[in-house]
Amino acid sequence: MAEKPLPSLQRITPAAPASATPGASLRAAVRRSLPVAGVIVTLLIAWEASKLAFGISDQRLPHLGAIIEVMFTRTQGGTGNILLAQMLLNAWSTFQVALGGFLLGGMLGFGLAVLFMQLPMLERGLMPYVIGSQTVPILAIAPMVVVGLGRMGAPSWAAKITVAAYLTFFPVTIGMLRGLRAASPMSLDLMRSYAASPAQIFWRLRLPNSLPYLFTSLKVAASASVIGAIVAELPAGAREGVGMMILNAAQSYNSRPPALYVAILAASLVGVTFYGMVALAERLIVGSQRTNGG
Amino acid sequence: MQMRKFFGLFAALVMISSALAACGGAPAAKPPTAPAATVPVATAAKAPTEAVATEAAEVTQTGATEGPEGTPAPVATAAVTAAATAAVTPVAAGAADKVTLQLKWVVQAQFAGYFAALEQGYYKAENLDVTIQPGSPDIVPEQVVAGGQAQFGIDWMASLLATRETGAPLVNIAQVYTRAGMRTLSWKTSNITSPADLKGKKVAVWFGGNEYDLLATLNKYKLDKTTDLTLVTQPFDMNMFLNKEVDAAAAMTYNELYQVLSAGHKIDELNIIDYNVESTAMPEDGIFVNGEWLKDAKNKDIAARFLRASFKGWAYCRDNADACVGYVLKQDSSGVMTKEAQKWQMDEVNKLIWGDPINPKTKIGYLTPELFTFAADTALKFGVIKQPASPDAYTHEIWDLATK
Repeated sequence: MAEKPLPSLQRITPAAPASATPGASLRAAVRRSLPVAGVIVTLLIAWEASKLAFGISDQRLPHLGAIIEVMFTRTQGGTGNILLAQMLLNAWSTFQVALGGFLLGGMLGFGLAVLFMQLPMLERGLMPYVIGSQTVPILAIAPMVVVGLGRMGAPSWAAKITVAAYLTFFPVTIGMLRGLRAASPMSLDLMRSYAASPAQIFWRLRLPNSLPYLFTSLKVAASASVIGAIVAELPAGAREGVGMMILNAAQSYNSRPPALYVAILAASLVGVTFYGMVALAERLIVGSQRTNGG
Repeated sequence: MQMRKFFGLFAALVMISSALAACGGAPAAKPPTAPAATVPVATAAKAPTEAVATEAAEVTQTGATEGPEGTPAPVATAAVTAAATAAVTPVAAGAADKVTLQLKWVVQAQFAGYFAALEQGYYKAENLDVTIQPGSPDIVPEQVVAGGQAQFGIDWMASLLATRETGAPLVNIAQVYTRAGMRTLSWKTSNITSPADLKGKKVAVWFGGNEYDLLATLNKYKLDKTTDLTLVTQPFDMNMFLNKEVDAAAAMTYNELYQVLSAGHKIDELNIIDYNVESTAMPEDGIFVNGEWLKDAKNKDIAARFLRASFKGWAYCRDNADACVGYVLKQDSSGVMTKEAQKWQMDEVNKLIWGDPINPKTKIGYLTPELFTFAADTALKFGVIKQPASPDAYTHEIWDLATK
């Protein structure tokens, strides 16, 4: 089988670009990151300029310098890490939960999509509940999940991962289902004409075709799982994590406004890192397919 | 070609799965190692041998002084024996009674006394292995205690009475804060010198159980909460008040008042309505347990030991505010709390327990029947509860056991 690939589905991998000189690749990297850097610099300038132009007080919008300064103050009354290090620890704590929820929710979403594709009856019966599950605000669901699992004796990290998974599985189910159905009728006909079994159609046609859809939904799911992980920290009575940072910083905002911005930075750091990881995985796995319009 | 791609996908899945395994492992391993979940263990591990010995000596002393005053001899002996064993082999601490305390809010100086009791070994001296579980906006301590995930909870009386009405037999065993930290702040420019001046004003208040001081006060001044003034929901921060979007706002002395002052304002700029002065202050932080749990004589003893050690912790914080602030900050994994804010909080909280000025002779934790009656009547009047509260909602029995 493997020795005789189906011609119509074979994709041409473009030859690797002619060996570029190190200087050229560096220049390309700079050119790629230029827009990102440009946006950041523009934002930072707009931040300080609007403070100057509209006379926004430090209470409402602290100076960037003040935020950086706060990052280097010692925590826990002068005995702990600097806030920057503590921020990274909190971000790591939330990241672990988000990753756990992402994997759990991703697998659940994948499984549901495959199930729904194979059994349309099941889809008609269950899909309304899947959609309904997402219309209930996560703020209402999270305490229920944490209390419910807590009574069953589950540790709090399990409850937090469950909440993150709850937000993750939905986009994956929808995206994956769409992807599995994206195979063109022509390709399906061709597969059938080769007398391919349903399993072969699934593994060789439907699944590869669905990967771009899968990764699009995984990117949505990546940010959703971070939100789930942050939201779940509050009912779980966590001591660490981005959610706790935000809560504590918000409560003491008026005495120390920059701290809240550090907490928000921690939240976006987790989200961006996570998204970046999924995007990287996509490039490694389906990158070549994409470029061929697969 | 296809196969290669699937090997790639498979490899990625394996990588992700192993990451999951690693992550699943890390949080799973957390309870025993993280500072969060295992305060008692960490303390036990850190306590140098001399400290344990000192504690044992302290207990012996306590036992000796308490003996003549009529403490049941077996209890005292048991505690002393346990502590003595602990001094020889720290492993014996496993025999201690394991209990959990559910706080009303995140770790802050509002709960310093319990952390002091933990850090100073007062709980251990009473042969208790106490885990302190922080709260959050989404945690209802009553729910946690009623569900059996904690034996002790801290919350305000109105909330306790409301939960009791749903059938959970919760009982207040000590009213730690006998004075209310609740205030309503207004700018001098709004000219609110008495609650009567709230008429026609826009007033921010925390709803969801923290509004009854204000409602009772409005009632006292014959102001109608819907027609005579505008009540708006207040968020956790004081921005609404600082931006002068409202005339008056609720504030706890130990928290929001500090927020306003540290945002660059002077206390002279404010008029403050003190509900203690108005005699409309609802009881705030009190310790409660499940009444069913308390029926067991063994648990009564545990509860009494818990109160005794907690009161000792609060007494320690009264005399060593700075050390207690250190204990609180040590728990702050978020890293955003400041020493200054927690010191302010510690000083204000001490006043709520011991009086202003501080009076060490205060009967800490004693809920006067009058205060309970006021709370129960107010709760009934403003619809917190539908039926008059039963006096079973509190007991002095444990307090008596703990303080004699």
